[in-house]
Amino acid sequence: MIWNEHYECMERESLLKLQGTRLKDMVERVYYSVPFYRTRLQEKGIEPGDIQTIDDLRKLPFTTKQDLRDNYPFGLFAKPQQDVVRLHASSGTTGKSTVVGYTHNDIMMWSEVVARSLTMIGATRDDIIQVAYGYGLFTGGLGLHYGAEKIGASVIPISGGNTKKQLQLMEDFGSTLIACTPSYAAFLGEALIEEKIDPASIRLRAGIFGAEPWSEEMRAQIEKLLRIKAYDIYGLSEIIGPGVSMECPCQKGMHIFEDHFIPEIINPDTCEVLPYGELGELVFTPATKEAMPLIRYRTRDLTRLHAEKCDCGRTLVRMEKCVGRSDDMLIIRGVNVFPSQVESVLLEMSETKPHYLLVVDRHNNLDILEVQVEVDEQFFSDEVKELEDLRRRIRANIASVLGLHAEIRLVEPGTIERSMGKAQRVVDKRKIH
Amino acid sequence: MIIKQLSVFLENRTGRLTELTGILAANDINISAFSIADTADYGILRMIVGRPEQAADVLKNHGFAVKVTEVVGMIVPHKPGGLHHALQIISDNNVAIEYMYAFASGECNATVIIRADSLEKLIAVLQEHKMELLQKGDVYQL
Repeated sequence: MIWNEHYECMERESLLKLQGTRLKDMVERVYYSVPFYRTRLQEKGIEPGDIQTIDDLRKLPFTTKQDLRDNYPFGLFAKPQQDVVRLHASSGTTGKSTVVGYTHNDIMMWSEVVARSLTMIGATRDDIIQVAYGYGLFTGGLGLHYGAEKIGASVIPISGGNTKKQLQLMEDFGSTLIACTPSYAAFLGEALIEEKIDPASIRLRAGIFGAEPWSEEMRAQIEKLLRIKAYDIYGLSEIIGPGVSMECPCQKGMHIFEDHFIPEIINPDTCEVLPYGELGELVFTPATKEAMPLIRYRTRDLTRLHAEKCDCGRTLVRMEKCVGRSDDMLIIRGVNVFPSQVESVLLEMSETKPHYLLVVDRHNNLDILEVQVEVDEQFFSDEVKELEDLRRRIRANIASVLGLHAEIRLVEPGTIERSMGKAQRVVDKRKIH
Repeated sequence: MIIKQLSVFLENRTGRLTELTGILAANDINISAFSIADTADYGILRMIVGRPEQAADVLKNHGFAVKVTEVVGMIVPHKPGGLHHALQIISDNNVAIEYMYAFASGECNATVIIRADSLEKLIAVLQEHKMELLQKGDVYQL
């Protein structure tokens, strides 16, 4: 099923023309309302009039996460606060979040793309959707929520966690769809077996999973445990949140809603734009965004785009599952983690030195983060209670910065490998790709 | 009265303690007494050795986290009630023991190594009650 055939099945030529018009409009808006972009464009000698068609996109400068941090919190907003109706934020380095804002129209557009995503996998007003993504600053919960209401489905805004309640409501309310992180879906599937709930009493038929990387093996596992079809959704708060792209039943990649989010693939080292089919870094220009329209935002996600028309009838390009990142960001239980955040925590504490290693693993389908920290010989206490107290404090500080529980392992000095160049800070044992 | 103890941070890794004892052996350093406080991930080795400063340097050079800590060595009669009598004195005088370990050698006496919140007070209390304390000279060659 297709929610908005006009845009989802548009001829490529018309779509490119539409993108050009929207891009031109957006560049004009940011030029006159965001000092940061005006300066950037002027530095490159670009005036709004220079952008006429979609082919002019590559003349424009890129935007990075660092730019968002440098302009924290509202520096990149193109609308006054009075027009901003919603703020979301994701964790960032040095404890500062990446803040995103939405106007009323932005929320409408977001609801529209999530409505398209849900309809893509056959959701209708006959469905009961259990939204088990976190509600709050994270975009997952509210993003799915508004889209599900738009199509007229019944929403259960249960948010994440509270597994017993999830299972109870799933059974009692007869949820037909569930949206959450894939790791939580697998966890729920196993809990279902542990609680000895009769699968026949569960009406679930499909799930919408995203916000963290997952593999085809994990998809098979979730489908088997929950007896559902598992679909991949992609998004990031800087662009809108979930609903930037969504997998259709043909499962040949995720359709990007290109009338709103203009995609490009670039070589992350040279920034050269790559043709369809080639692996590179995904870049988005959310041309219709009002509150925070970013120009050529570098997602750091590595993937390929395919433009051949899909069997589902959509002409929108499809992006493959991301195969990795061009920076060192980790996504753990849906939370963005940069090793530098852990480093800043350790540097702030006087008893520790910034020699650390992050070990990420997946036990029972839940991501586990272990932070190995070297004991500094200068501050090493020979009393267990003091070392345990140090461990507790590191754990608390990391939790407050990352919003994530980490196990702290104290190791001997000098055992974490030093390197002259880029230090190996992360060991990811999860088998995702 | 105060004697020097080496405290070493050790990861729970097979062979790690053997590496340490090997280094001390190669440097001709004798271990008189030791104990290990262990947790799930790591242990703290505490030991009395001959030439503690030199031993600390040697271990540091081999990458161990080593600290020289101060403790008191107390000699108690090697017979029923010997330790109890000493501990009674210590607790009656409100000295808190952080940790302790002991060894008995021969027929007559046992040696107890004690780390307390106040070593000065511990020494004063023990001397007042005529308890025998280890002296620097004899301790490292027990």
